[in-house]
Amino acid sequence: MYNNNFSKRKYIIGGIFVLIALAFLVRLFFLQMVDNQYKMTARNIALRTVVEYPARGRIYDRNHKLLVYNDAVYDLMVIPKQVKDIDTAKFCRLLDITPEFFKEQMDAARHYSSYRPSVFLKQLSKKEKGPIDEIMYEFPGFYFQTRTLRHYPQPIAAHLLGNVGEVSVSDLRKDPFYSAGDYIGKSGIEKYYEKELRGKKGSRIVEVDVHNRVRGSFQDGKFDTISVPGKDLTLSIDEVLQAFGEKLMQNKMGSIVALQPETGEILAMVTSPTYDPNLLVGRPRSENYNRLLHDPYKPLMNRAVSGTYPPGSTFKMVNALIALQDKVITPYTWFTCQGPDSKPIACSHYHVSPLQLKTAIALSCNSYFWKTFDRVLNDPVFPNTHVAYQNWYDKVLTFGFGHKFHTDIPFEVSGSIPTVKYYNKLYRGSWNALTVRSLSIGQGEILVTPVQLANLAAIMANRGYYISPHFLIAMGKNDTIPARYTERHDVAVQNPSYYKTVISAMEEVFDSDEGTARFYKMDSITQAGKTGTVQNPHGKDHSIFIAFAPVDHPKIAVAVIVENAGFGAEWAAPIASLMIEEYLTGKVKRQKLLERIEKGDLIHDK
Amino acid sequence: MSRGSVIGKPDWVLMVLYLILVFYGWLSIYSASAPEQYAPLLDMSQRYGKQLMWIGFSLFLAFSILLIDSKFFSTFSYAFYGFMILVLIAVLIFGKTVAGSKSWFQFGSFALQPGEFAKFATALALAKFLSARNVGFHQFQTKWKVLVIIGLPAALILLQNDTGSALVYLAFILVLFREGLSGLIIVSGVVMAFLFIITIIFGEFYVSAGLLALTALIFLFKRFRKQWKSISIVLVLSVAFVFSVHTAFHKVLEPHQRVRIQVLLGLKKDPLGAGYNVNQAKIAIGSGGFNGKGYFDGMLTRNHFVPEQSTDFIFCTIGEERGFLGALVLIGLFVALLLRIIQLAERQRSDFSRIYGYGVASILFFHFAVNIAMTIGFAPVVGIPLPFFSYGGSSLWAFTILLFIFIKLDANRLNVL
Repeated sequence: MYNNNFSKRKYIIGGIFVLIALAFLVRLFFLQMVDNQYKMTARNIALRTVVEYPARGRIYDRNHKLLVYNDAVYDLMVIPKQVKDIDTAKFCRLLDITPEFFKEQMDAARHYSSYRPSVFLKQLSKKEKGPIDEIMYEFPGFYFQTRTLRHYPQPIAAHLLGNVGEVSVSDLRKDPFYSAGDYIGKSGIEKYYEKELRGKKGSRIVEVDVHNRVRGSFQDGKFDTISVPGKDLTLSIDEVLQAFGEKLMQNKMGSIVALQPETGEILAMVTSPTYDPNLLVGRPRSENYNRLLHDPYKPLMNRAVSGTYPPGSTFKMVNALIALQDKVITPYTWFTCQGPDSKPIACSHYHVSPLQLKTAIALSCNSYFWKTFDRVLNDPVFPNTHVAYQNWYDKVLTFGFGHKFHTDIPFEVSGSIPTVKYYNKLYRGSWNALTVRSLSIGQGEILVTPVQLANLAAIMANRGYYISPHFLIAMGKNDTIPARYTERHDVAVQNPSYYKTVISAMEEVFDSDEGTARFYKMDSITQAGKTGTVQNPHGKDHSIFIAFAPVDHPKIAVAVIVENAGFGAEWAAPIASLMIEEYLTGKVKRQKLLERIEKGDLIHDK
Repeated sequence: MSRGSVIGKPDWVLMVLYLILVFYGWLSIYSASAPEQYAPLLDMSQRYGKQLMWIGFSLFLAFSILLIDSKFFSTFSYAFYGFMILVLIAVLIFGKTVAGSKSWFQFGSFALQPGEFAKFATALALAKFLSARNVGFHQFQTKWKVLVIIGLPAALILLQNDTGSALVYLAFILVLFREGLSGLIIVSGVVMAFLFIITIIFGEFYVSAGLLALTALIFLFKRFRKQWKSISIVLVLSVAFVFSVHTAFHKVLEPHQRVRIQVLLGLKKDPLGAGYNVNQAKIAIGSGGFNGKGYFDGMLTRNHFVPEQSTDFIFCTIGEERGFLGALVLIGLFVALLLRIIQLAERQRSDFSRIYGYGVASILFFHFAVNIAMTIGFAPVVGIPLPFFSYGGSSLWAFTILLFIFIKLDANRLNVL
């Protein structure tokens, strides 16, 4: 060819090479270093944050029997943006849903966010998720999120345990811990110990491939946090006693509270009518909840802590102890009683008269306690009745009445002991012992809860003090409980001889030939108790009984209220006595009595 | 001659660059195709394992070429060429269709793409033809003979439905330019490409009107008025071209090619369809940042978000895992390789060696430029590999042969009289 005439053109060609390379570098510079959108997009499409839900703490009874445990369920989540080219018909068939439902859920999810996960289908069981789980890769944009649901091996203690439900909007706003679809304790122990039970969430960032399959953790889990399971709780409840109590109370309205007097631990807290706590779990939860909410017998109400009743005759012991303490009577003070003809308060029946304190308690004489109360309010130590009333009021409060215990008892109410101020307002300042005479026999404006009544039984058992009733025994591996759960509250009356008198009277209730609970005496166990029959403007009287046993070394204190059941001796006393027998012996010998109580229907037979 | 008269003095710079590129490429394929880090290297069921085998055979080929007498290549240039043309015809008849292109011979589990080897044969034939004493671009005969030499294999490959590989033959324009073809042809090529693009974007009427206005503007200057004849011819030809673009674009191009061009020019958004590859590739490269996410940490390229990951889109692995720095190194290596080839080509005593050298540089440059341009959204998606990097035995062997014939010619340059 013709020489090398065009060798200068090597510069043009070389220049083109360099120019193109520079153009690439400029482009890459903008792509990789100036524009940040690609980094964001890359994370969005290739990474997924998987929240690791901690197992909620389990709940045990005092004998380490399981009351509440967890069951895994699976929420089907969807990220609408990642859903593409899926066989909708197949998807619906596998999940047993209608195409309309599919569309509805997808629209709702898209409305919330196209990029963030929404719950598509809630709480599928392992069995329900099975068929679709194997071919999840065919449905990009969908994945399963494991959640836990509560389960109750025995259908008991629904109210005190409470239930767990989906967080509300206000929960979400209050605590950033929660995100939509999370579960939270809604009532009972579940609510009170929510922070301890819920544990700590973890999160795992995983890489997914183009088919939305998880390929592994991102950067060897450098940014992952581990979930910490919630703490297990041990409650003072005795599962056997609780179940027994619920059986006794079936078809009756009312409640039973049993305490260990020495520690204030609640052994059983029965409210009736009750429901199976498993009803408020999972998908049927809201339907069942509504049904219970509209039940005329109000099964959702925890009568043991929110029900308030006049204490009736059980309150006579408080009045007796205060009168003894104020020295306005002695154990040997005599009063007379004209039975139903007595004034200003009639007695329920004719009996021996005159009589002393012990007999008066055993026979539940109204006249005796009116006269005692009259002396308390007209005690010459005080300038007037109102000051004397204040003294009585202050002493009553030391017995745990008129205020909450502020422990882990859920939905506790304070009850009510009328104040001087209240009466001043009601009677425009002009009132005296006669005006408020009903208080002498535990009627009138005075209102107490079953827990407070059980606590009164515990005070009698302890001869002058109580520990605030509570549930917690241990949390996680730590069995130290808050100091206020062990703090001893001394009541205003401390003299042991006063208690001796009152307690021997309570023993008479079982032991004497005229004792109101004489039919429920046991040879093996000494019991001390007191009946109460509370007039009820809405129907038959409420039947009340408080008791503790054994008398010398009390292990259990019980309060029983059976609404609209008539005399305390008929229903409440035998229930209390059976609770004592069950707890102390573990086996009820009085099978006939047990059968009568269990079969007794005070709701439907009216 | 220090290394014996047979091998001569092969250029160590080119050989080292070659080895670095092949090794860098293999590392990228390993990351793109290994299911996990520290996977066994010789796993023949995996692409990185096979590629290791292809590399081994390439080194054998390279060494063999260095042993062959350099005269062999110029002597048998036309024989190579003729043989490759026959093979290309054969593949049209007996070939196997892969991904829509009938360009493969299947031997058991092993497939060979003869089109890859036609490049060096064409480069040899072109060098042989142009280095003859009696040719020159002033002769019309030369022009059409050159067109036949280049156009014949390109046409056959086009018939295989492998547009990308056929386009590679356009690269020879650079060789012709170096050997004296008027620069106007390249300029008018660029102008035509420009007109093509703006016609697709703005439509033939607006572009024609624009051309008229431009001509009118030129006539405002007195000194251009004398050349009104040639200017008018250019105008008429341009307008004719613009109108033919419309027909070509809508009638001649395949629908998928048309959409790719439209997506590239931003006329169509189709991130899940035709634009998917490029879009994913851009995200992968763009997310690499300055120094990348780290080897084996390319969350997009390792998790199949980028299609054709280890073949045509291998550059994404470097962009994502090695970042801007890695891309800079890669581009730097290629530019060094290309400039070194030109430098060596220019020092050849024989026209044949020089022209062949430019052929090598032009082919490598075209692959390099178009491959990277398509991954970063500069060019439509044309399925051609990145030399030495992309997975594939045929292309690696063909590029190795292409380069080492030149190294061999250069090694013996002093023997040429």
